[in-house]
Amino acid sequence: MLKEYTSVAEIAGPIMVVEGVSGAKYDELVEIELAGGEIRRGRVLEVDRDRAVVQLFESAQGLDLRQSRVRFLGKVMELGVSEDLLGRVFDGAGRPIDGGPPIIPEKKLPISGEPLNPYSRDYPNEFIQTGISVIDGLNTLVRGQKLPIFSGAGLPHNQIAAQIARQAKVLGEAEEFSVVFGAMGITFEEANFFITDLRKTGALERAVMFINLADDPVIERITTPRLVLTCAEYLAFERDMHVLVILTDMTNYAEALREVSAARKEVPGRRGYPGYMYTDLSTIYERAGRIKGKKGSITQMPILTMPQDDKTHPIPDLTGYITEGQLFLSRELHRKGIYPPFDVLPCLSRLKDKGIGPGKTREDHAGVLNQLYAAYARGVDVREMAAILGEAALSKIDRIYMKFADEFERRFIQQGEYEDRTIIQTLTIGWELLSMLPRGELKRVRDEFIEKYLPKKAEEPVAA
Amino acid sequence: MAIGRIVKVAGPLVVAEGLTDAKMYDVVRVGKERLVGEVIVLDGDLASIQVYEETAGLGPGDPVEGTGEPLSVELGPGLIGSIYDGIQRPLEAIEKRWGAYIRRGVEAAALNRAAKWRFTPTVKKGDTVGEGDIIGTVQETTLVVHKIMIPPGISGTLEEIRSGEFTVEETIALVRDAQGRRHEIKLMQRWPVRKARPYKEKLPSTEPLITGQRVIDTLFPIAKGGTACVPGPFGSGKTVIQHQLAKWADADIIVFVGCGERGNEMTDVLMEFPELEDPKTGEPLMKRTILIANTSNMPVAAREASVYTGITIAEYFRDMGYSVALMADSTSRWAEAMREISGRLEEMPGEEGYPAYLGSRIADFYARAGRVVCLGKPERQASLSAIGAVSPPGGDLSEPVTQNTLRLVKVFWGLDDKLAYRRHFPAINWLTSYSLYAEDLAPYFEQKVGPEWNELRREFMKLLQIEAELEEIVRLVGVEALSPSDRLKLEVARSIREDYLMQSAFDEIDTYTSLKKQLKMMQLIKAFYDWGTRALEQGVDIHQIIDLPVRERIAKAKFIPEGEFDAHFAEIFKELTESFERLMAQKGAYAERVH
Repeated sequence: MLKEYTSVAEIAGPIMVVEGVSGAKYDELVEIELAGGEIRRGRVLEVDRDRAVVQLFESAQGLDLRQSRVRFLGKVMELGVSEDLLGRVFDGAGRPIDGGPPIIPEKKLPISGEPLNPYSRDYPNEFIQTGISVIDGLNTLVRGQKLPIFSGAGLPHNQIAAQIARQAKVLGEAEEFSVVFGAMGITFEEANFFITDLRKTGALERAVMFINLADDPVIERITTPRLVLTCAEYLAFERDMHVLVILTDMTNYAEALREVSAARKEVPGRRGYPGYMYTDLSTIYERAGRIKGKKGSITQMPILTMPQDDKTHPIPDLTGYITEGQLFLSRELHRKGIYPPFDVLPCLSRLKDKGIGPGKTREDHAGVLNQLYAAYARGVDVREMAAILGEAALSKIDRIYMKFADEFERRFIQQGEYEDRTIIQTLTIGWELLSMLPRGELKRVRDEFIEKYLPKKAEEPVAA
Repeated sequence: MAIGRIVKVAGPLVVAEGLTDAKMYDVVRVGKERLVGEVIVLDGDLASIQVYEETAGLGPGDPVEGTGEPLSVELGPGLIGSIYDGIQRPLEAIEKRWGAYIRRGVEAAALNRAAKWRFTPTVKKGDTVGEGDIIGTVQETTLVVHKIMIPPGISGTLEEIRSGEFTVEETIALVRDAQGRRHEIKLMQRWPVRKARPYKEKLPSTEPLITGQRVIDTLFPIAKGGTACVPGPFGSGKTVIQHQLAKWADADIIVFVGCGERGNEMTDVLMEFPELEDPKTGEPLMKRTILIANTSNMPVAAREASVYTGITIAEYFRDMGYSVALMADSTSRWAEAMREISGRLEEMPGEEGYPAYLGSRIADFYARAGRVVCLGKPERQASLSAIGAVSPPGGDLSEPVTQNTLRLVKVFWGLDDKLAYRRHFPAINWLTSYSLYAEDLAPYFEQKVGPEWNELRREFMKLLQIEAELEEIVRLVGVEALSPSDRLKLEVARSIREDYLMQSAFDEIDTYTSLKKQLKMMQLIKAFYDWGTRALEQGVDIHQIIDLPVRERIAKAKFIPEGEFDAHFAEIFKELTESFERLMAQKGAYAERVH
């Protein structure tokens, strides 16, 4: 029989202090029964002798000091899992919101997970074809990677995430990805977009969604990604599925974390975010990967909106230090009407070298990738210079590079929202673009590949 | 030992009362699962303990038991090729017993207790031995001879010494000291991680740690026994540089500490190193490597300990007389772990929430590097080089961890994300980076590589500096407005950047360049510059020089295998000379016609 306490001493924001407690354990789950019988949940954040500090998972609205009854459950927060999760929609705290029946769990798993032994990891090296040239061609995604999209307010990151969820496949395998989707503080329209899009393509049956909307309790956002990943780990490592996890918007998650930290009066780090935010974020992002001897995998694609498009803001900054690369979106390209508006130069996939090359994509992939990058970087530089000096001051070769940059954006970056390019198509476009350059400029591709793949019309130099 | 009780739990910090005989930095066992913790504050009857494992489920009243010993590592045969967590628990053994996830309270001996090692004594019964004396050897891997030493603090007469096969716990020798006490010597010794291992004296550095990375060896070399830091924003290639150094640095032993970084990166090292060959011996690199992996999602207190665990193991191999290199990736995560613990202790914060003692902790760490005369007989010199990555938030180098590090280290490899965006790797910025060893090492390069080395290095640095100045002008008036000689300088600087400094870690041949090849590559670029200058003086058009086809051969020289380089070098040199002579001859003929 669990003891009940009515000795709530203090409630401030998401933090509640209970006194006169005996036997409370750090991190254990707490149930609070309101006067009307409604149950709220929280967890122990600190115990000091008979005083327990509890972080609420749900809104504090309606809690009072006198009548609230608190029970310490002696276990950490868990998620009941079974294959019935597939096809269902839950709120940010794991309650069904699709009108379906509650899940009968096959087992219960603690949502904080345990750290994966680095020795047990299997290195991600299987190419995922997303059908998007910038990703496949230049910033290749591999199975088990965590690759975030750094976006800004008003940019089409949701469309891109949905397109990836729709098109992602591993070449030569029939099996499609299962999607576990976690929404933190996004609007109803955004959530609806994902649900509708997944339903339209029939992918909803292979998907699990946890949705915390903008008007849902802020504090639930701390739990949501952990539910998502617990669900994903179950599907990947116990049900052998390849899972794509989409988390949006991590900025809202970090804000919630800051709120709890501020309520606890902790010493703030940069911009008021707690000093342990790096560690906290890593316990989310590091739950991606493959395990030796297991068939399934978890590939993570978190989305975050950078406040004021500032990549040095702590949220994108700490994320970038944990994830295996990042994809930036550019407001400028978006304004030019280019979809997907990837800001190619700072984009990076750290694991790309393991996922490309003969047998995976094609032998010339690495060279083409480096050459395209270098040429586009130079083209962008020239374009900036031309803006100051005027085009007339450019040398002939510089003019070719500037033209290259324009064409690269128009043909390589730009594609349709429903256009699913194969990697071969992507590389072909790459070679066509490279054929604009004089052959002597192609220093980063091996000569044998130039012979083999460069379109022959390239013999005549392109008029600048 | 007295058994205390927990009174408070807040994250990785536990406060206990009743630990009456606890000392600072003693290891304690916390709770029923006996989690490993360390005493970090004593206040009256209360002891604050940082716990090296997840503390969920602990509460007031749970027992805390002192061990009376500081946090120590086990040192002996079996270290090489191992992968440990931050407090030296072997991750391979943990996987075997507990599966893919690291459960709480797991325990496993750092050194395999069952393995037998063949011990060959090098001293005999009756010899007088002192601390640090080598008394025998164990062939640990094909690359490493593990020397068994008398632990610091013990000296006397050797009463007995055995040879044969032993486990690390079996006695191999007996020493009777001046007081008549007998000490059992085993293959294994223990040492507290927060205490530097002793040596006889420190020496200045005179020899470079050759890394095969051109930008490092040529422009910003690090000495054996030196210290370096690699700060850079994310995506600028810190980890790749650290991996490259771990692979190619010409040290006898490599200790790689993955401190609060990505799990997949450690896996990469684990899978790649056994496949890679040591360029000198052809043996797998793993046979000289020790890995410490405390990834970002593993407990934060163990991350704080991981760099100490790493450097203590490194010191132990240094004491054998080896040249050891330690890479820590990343020291910022270590500092953040300190900050987190400090915050939980409610200490008064210094800059940006870091504890006020951040600077002294960083100093203590880097001070453990150096070239030394080891303790004991036979007399031997050894070195421990320390290279720390720093991950400054937002790439801002004014933050406390970078600033405190820069005060101590002598080499600064500043990474630049702008170079990385351009795919110029390694993205070490040649204008902001520096090496204070360059002068000390100059005699070595001059004698061992070639007398021109230092001159070429200065010339390269100068041209890169001039390039930066000229670029400013180009941005204002365009490149065509420059004088031909300035344009030549720009072209040569570009060649230095693209053909020399840029180096692909993923290309089989380009990944490592010997000092000899580096010198020859420099000579080629310099020769082009000299010939170009002469040609310009004779009135040859700059465009003709820029368009010379031989330049492409210079650009691709880095992809020529070491063994074939000399032949190719002569050929390219010949073509270069001929090209310029032709240009100048044409010019001469033309000039004659005009007159």
